[in-house]
Amino acid sequence: MEIKKELPAIFEEFAQARRNSFITAKELKDKDIPMVGVFCTYFPNEIANAMGAVVVGLCSTSDETIPEAEKDLPRNLCPLIKSSYGFAKTDKCPFFYFSDLIVGETTCDGKKKMYEYLGEFKPVHVMELPNTQSENALVLWKSEIIKLKEVLEKHFETTITEEQIREAVHIKNEERKALKRLYALPKLVPSPISGMDIYNILYGSTFKFDKKAIPQEIDKIIEKIKAEYEAREDKTRKPRILITGCPLGGVSEKIIRAVEAQGAEVVCFENCNGAKSVEELVDEDAADIYEAIARRYLNIGCSCMSPNPHRLRLLGQLIDEYQVDAVVDVILQACHTYNVETLMIKRFVNQEKGIPYMSIETDYSTADAGQINTRMAAFVEML
Amino acid sequence: MLSLGIDSGSTTTKGALFDGTNIVRTQVIPTTSNPKESMRRLYEEMHTDQVGYVVATGYGRELLPQADKRVTEITCHARGAAFLCPKTGAVVDIGGQDSKVILLDRDRNVVDFLMNDKCAAGTGRFIEVMMRILEEDLKNIDQFVAGKHPVNITSMCTVFAESEIVSLLAQGVDRGDIALGIIQSICKRTSFFAKRLNLHDTVFFSGGLAQFPIFCRTLEEFLQLPVVTHPMAQLAGAIGASVIGYQKAKQILK
Repeated sequence: MEIKKELPAIFEEFAQARRNSFITAKELKDKDIPMVGVFCTYFPNEIANAMGAVVVGLCSTSDETIPEAEKDLPRNLCPLIKSSYGFAKTDKCPFFYFSDLIVGETTCDGKKKMYEYLGEFKPVHVMELPNTQSENALVLWKSEIIKLKEVLEKHFETTITEEQIREAVHIKNEERKALKRLYALPKLVPSPISGMDIYNILYGSTFKFDKKAIPQEIDKIIEKIKAEYEAREDKTRKPRILITGCPLGGVSEKIIRAVEAQGAEVVCFENCNGAKSVEELVDEDAADIYEAIARRYLNIGCSCMSPNPHRLRLLGQLIDEYQVDAVVDVILQACHTYNVETLMIKRFVNQEKGIPYMSIETDYSTADAGQINTRMAAFVEML
Repeated sequence: MLSLGIDSGSTTTKGALFDGTNIVRTQVIPTTSNPKESMRRLYEEMHTDQVGYVVATGYGRELLPQADKRVTEITCHARGAAFLCPKTGAVVDIGGQDSKVILLDRDRNVVDFLMNDKCAAGTGRFIEVMMRILEEDLKNIDQFVAGKHPVNITSMCTVFAESEIVSLLAQGVDRGDIALGIIQSICKRTSFFAKRLNLHDTVFFSGGLAQFPIFCRTLEEFLQLPVVTHPMAQLAGAIGASVIGYQKAKQILK
């Protein structure tokens, strides 16, 4: 497959992937392909993929349905939870509409309590995610993954074999490796691709349902980017920013654009759509594939884990590998776990890594766009 | 050669002319509902043939097309404070619509900062609103609270603090006692906020409130660090902008 389109058009296509796949979702439904709606990077995709199901992210990124959600939920709750619930309640999200089953996990308090109400609109299965990463936790999480398999088998009246799971693990790993090859491009100085474009590809790829086709598509893009980069004349180094913290879905424009408009470049995302959910692979050769899957997902360095050493481990590694000059920690309003962790992250970034750190608390509205621009500009001036 | 710094704040627009050694002229005008017009007016009043470089800062920094460079108020305040008081280790600025704390390193570069931009509590606007209820001019605040005993103002929100004060007045509490309570409330909140950064050196207090000794003393009490200010503290942003502008102009001339 030769990609004839120019890079900006390709990036735009990824940016619009979510919307464009509404129709694909309908076509899949017409073909009776099961669709599982999920909210979180903890969902073990491989189990659903093994039975040929399509997994689609339901995390909502718009404040459009928040007023409706606030009729039922407290106002001082994270915008991601309110927005997601609002879309479910108002039935405005086509993916929610097409999903046969919703699977959540007991991650943060806000989400797990919201799932209790979500069952009023759709069948919901909640996986019990431990809040530590101990060996006991691994035993529980593995049993939850096996239980998920059984729930899916019952709900969709099918059987999922180990062979199918192993194949799904391989395909998902290949997708992760390809995405990593792409988001690792900014290891080059200066970066050959803007942070906004990386973000759009990472986010957009979750709405490309033919997982087998992703590596080839991504590699073609990488080739093109590298070719353009070689021909580029201006190779001035710009301040290099790593973004960490909450999912960026509803605030990507406000944060990433603000950083890049100030003459810096976002070279790495540690958030849910970035390295946090992509970097680590499932051990394909493990004797016990369920345990391998459980281990891989339990290792995710989310702030809902206590303690949360993997976030620091990954951050430290990324700061070094991407020659990061400063870290921006994005907190969605009322996300207590990430907000509490800002102190730990600031200490780590300032003291151990010796580079500047800034945390920004924001929501899906545009009310603080001006202030964020000023703060980003001042932060970049500091570098 | 002179450099001109213009700081477009939410309440006032300030200008400073710098000759490389001294601030030779300053000017303050109110910011109207048309901040662009306020900047243009100040620019026209202060700009001369001698001006070789113009830096705009503050909320309206994008609104002056004649500016050679736009720098955020964080960087400008830090530079202005270090110019006015070379031993400055941190800046606390209580502005009209936000308050900020800026930490400087030994070379007087910004190393960290915090901005309280979510709410009017702890800003100049808070005291303005409260003084209006007390029917007292902010200009006389030092005499007004002299020898008074502060009452505890507990509300964190400008709107609720207003109703708290109304009920204190209804109870017949002395207006000066209330005013001192308000000053303590602002300074306490600002110092809690400031302590999130590791302040350890002399703190430079800027913004319009810095001209009143009572605010400096109260802030010092809560911060437990030496607090200094300068008669031109309100102009720190504009001064910093002019100093940055002068350095830029020199770099270009080289």
